[in-house]
Amino acid sequence: MSEKHIDEVSGVDTTGHEWDGIRELNNPLPRWWVITFYITIAWALAYTVAYPAWPLVSSFTGGLLGYSSRVELKDAMALAEASRAEYAAAVAQKSVEEVLADDTLRTFATSAGAAAFKVNCVQCHGSGAAGSAGFPNLNDDEWLWGGAPGDIFTTIAHGIRYGADDTTRVSEMPAFGEMLEPAQVRQVASYVVSLSGGAHDAALAAEGAQVFADNCAACHGDAGKGNRELGAPDLTDAIWLYGSSLDQVAAQVRTPRHGVMPGWQERLGETTVKELAVFIHSLGGGE
Amino acid sequence: MATVFDISSRAGEVERLDAEAVNSAKVRQPLYAARKKIFPKAVSGSFRRFKWLVMAITLGIYYLTPWLRWDRGPFAPDQAVLVDMANRRFYFFFIEIWPQEFWAVAGLLVMAGVGLFLVTSAVGRAWCGYTCPQTVWVDLFLVVERWIEGDRNARIKLDQSPYGTRKLVLRITKHAIWLAIAVATGGAWIFYFADAPTLLADVVTGTAAPVAYITIAILTATTYTFGGLMREQVCTYMCPWPRIQAAMLDERSLTVTYNDWRGEPRSRHAKKQAAAGNAVGDCVDCNACVAACPMGIDIRDGQQLECITCALCIDACDAVMDKLDKPRGLISYATLADYNANMALATAGGTAAIEPARVHGADGKLSDRIRHFRWATLARPRTMLYFAAWSLVGVALLWGLLARDRLEVNVLHDRNPQFVVLSDGSIRNGYTVKLLNKIPEPRTIIVTLQGLRGAEMSVIGIDQPADRSFAVKVEPDRARTLKVYVSQPAADVAGPVQSFNFVVEDKSSFETDTYTASFEAPQK
Repeated sequence: MSEKHIDEVSGVDTTGHEWDGIRELNNPLPRWWVITFYITIAWALAYTVAYPAWPLVSSFTGGLLGYSSRVELKDAMALAEASRAEYAAAVAQKSVEEVLADDTLRTFATSAGAAAFKVNCVQCHGSGAAGSAGFPNLNDDEWLWGGAPGDIFTTIAHGIRYGADDTTRVSEMPAFGEMLEPAQVRQVASYVVSLSGGAHDAALAAEGAQVFADNCAACHGDAGKGNRELGAPDLTDAIWLYGSSLDQVAAQVRTPRHGVMPGWQERLGETTVKELAVFIHSLGGGE
Repeated sequence: MATVFDISSRAGEVERLDAEAVNSAKVRQPLYAARKKIFPKAVSGSFRRFKWLVMAITLGIYYLTPWLRWDRGPFAPDQAVLVDMANRRFYFFFIEIWPQEFWAVAGLLVMAGVGLFLVTSAVGRAWCGYTCPQTVWVDLFLVVERWIEGDRNARIKLDQSPYGTRKLVLRITKHAIWLAIAVATGGAWIFYFADAPTLLADVVTGTAAPVAYITIAILTATTYTFGGLMREQVCTYMCPWPRIQAAMLDERSLTVTYNDWRGEPRSRHAKKQAAAGNAVGDCVDCNACVAACPMGIDIRDGQQLECITCALCIDACDAVMDKLDKPRGLISYATLADYNANMALATAGGTAAIEPARVHGADGKLSDRIRHFRWATLARPRTMLYFAAWSLVGVALLWGLLARDRLEVNVLHDRNPQFVVLSDGSIRNGYTVKLLNKIPEPRTIIVTLQGLRGAEMSVIGIDQPADRSFAVKVEPDRARTLKVYVSQPAADVAGPVQSFNFVVEDKSSFETDTYTASFEAPQK
C-alpha cells in the first residue's frame, strides 16, 4: 500500500488502491475547489463563534454578536409600534366623534380597528361583521343600544350582560312562558310578527294586541318600536336577532335568550376600543 | 506620442503589419484559452467617420436626455424622460404611463426586437458594429488608450516593456480616465430615475439615497470591466446575440466580406510573382485589416461569429487599395448572393482555381460582369414583412396611447358580507370605488348610479345625504379610493343579482368612464 506507484500513461501518482489491476490516479483537486472548501470551514467556525450555535446542558452558546430571532422579532414589533405611536396617541386623546371627523385619524383608526376586530371579534360576529342568529350583524342600521359613535364605544368597552363589569349594559326580558297561557303566547307572537309585515293569522294577532299592551309595551313601547335605554329591540323592522318566523318569535317570548358580550376596555385598553368603535361605525350603519 | 515601429512607407509600397488573428485556424484552439491581447490600429475612412457620428449621437442621447426639461404644469415633474419609481409613474415627453399601462413598454420592446430583425436581415449586424453600447464604449475607451499610449505599435511596445516610471504613469493615467468615464456612465443612469439637477447636487454633497451610490458603483464596475478590460470577450463569449443572429441573415443580407474572388491568390511580392508568370490577386497580405480589427480577427478567414461588422477593415483595406491604385472594395459590404456570383465568375463556375484575369479587365479595372451591391436588394419580402410587422406594432402602440382614457373608474364589490338587510327591509351592498385621475391637474369627478331602480348611495368620508350622484375631488395624477354603500328599497329589488353602472364624468372635459357592477340581494 505504502509503496509509490506512478501511472505509466499519464505519469501521475496513484492512490495505492488497486482493484483487479485498476488503479486510481491521485490527481490533485482543482485549486479553486480546495480554496473554496477551506473558506467554508473558516466560515463555519467564524459563524459558530459569532452566532448562537452549540447546545449546552441547559442553555446554548449565545455568540459574540448577541443575535437572537426573538430579539429580532421584539425589535421589529417595537419599530412597528413606534411608527403607530404618533397616531395612536392622537386617537387616545380624542373622542370617537373627533377621530371620525379627522380624515387621517379615521383612516388610521379604521385600519387598526379592523385588525383588532379580526383578532377579538370575528369569533362571534363573523369575519365580515355580518353576525349570525343570536350574534348581531354590525353592518346594518339597527342598534339595540344605539349606533352613535359614543354608544358603540360604550357597548364595546363595557359589554352586554358582562358579569365582570359593573357598568355593563343589562336588559333581561322575563320568561313569559311562566306568566302567560300558551294560547296567549301564540296570540302575542302573531301580533309581533304582524308588526313587521310577516305572515300571520289576523284573528290571533288582533287578540295578541291586548296581551302586548298589558305585558310588553312597558319596554318595547306601545307601537313596538323598542327602547334603546333598556336595550329593548324594535319589533317593527326587518331585522331579527333570533329569527322572524312565528315559532322563533314565540320561543323568544316563552324563554328569551340573553346573549352576553364581554367588556373589552380592560383587555384591549381604551385606545383600541376607540379604534374598534370607529371601524364598526364605518361599516355602513353608523349613526 | 511617438510611434516607434512605424516604418514610413514609400509611394506605391505597402507596409506589412505583423498581425495574427486571435481565432486563427492555424493554431489549434484549446477549450479554455487565455485572452490574446488586441491592439487595434487607428484607421480613417468613411465608415470610421460614420462611427464617430454614431458615437457622438448615442453618447449624446445617453448623457443629455435626463437634462431635457418638459413643462407639465405645477403638479408633475418637468423632466422630459423620468422613471419615477417612488410614485409609480413613467414620463416620456408628452406621454405619461401608469403601472397598468406598462403594456406600452412591452410594445416598445416588441418593436425593438422586430426592428433588430429588420436591420439585421437588411444590413447584417449593424447593431453590433455601430450602436451597441458595448461597441460604443469600447470605441470610446480605445480612443483614450490611443491618446495616452499611442497607436498600435507604441502600445505593443509599451505592453512588452518592463514596468518603469513612464509605463506606470501612462497606465495609471489611462485607467484613471477609464474609471472617470465609467463613473460618468453610472452617474448618468441614475438621473433617469429622479430629478437630475436635484439628484446631482445630492450625489455631490453625499446626501443622495444609498441606492443611487450603489447603482453608480455597480455601473462603474461593469463599464470599466466590460469596456476597458474585457472588450471583445463580451461579444464573443457573453453575448447571446451573435448566436441568434445567424438565423436572421440570408444570402441577400449585407455583411462585411473579403472578396477573395479578386483578392486571391494573395501575395506579398506581387511584382515578382507576376513576373514569374503566376496569377496574382489584389490582396497584398499587408494585414492592415487584421491590425485594424477591434475583435482581433482576420476577415479573410470568411464570415465568423466574432465579426461585429464594424467595417473598420473596409476603411483599412480601401486606404491600401488607394495607395496601390487598385479599385476599392477588396473588403466590402456584400451579400452572399453577389459574392457567390462573383466567385463563380472567378472560378469559371467552380471548375478551376481563382483566376484574377477572369474578373479584371486588361487595364486592371474590375470586369463589367462583376455584381455590386444595389440598394434595391434591401426591399425584399423578408425585410418588407419585418417592416410591416414593426410598423403595425408601432401604429397600434401609438393608437393605444393616444386613445387611452385619462379618467378611469374601477369597482370592487364587497364579498363579506355580500349584502346587508337594513331595518326598513331595504338591501345594501358595499363597493370600493377607485377613481383614477391620470392628468396632472386636480379634477372634480361626478360619480353617478345608472340603473338599479330606486337605489341611492352614500360615501364614507363625504358628509352628504344619500343620493344617486356625488361630486368627488381627486388630486392631480392620483387615484382616489372611496367606500361606497348603495341601498335599494325592498320593493324595487328585482332578483338576487342586478347589474348596474357606476358612471364617472368630468364635466369640464366631457371625459367619462363606466364600470358595470352587480348588486346582490337575498333569495326570496
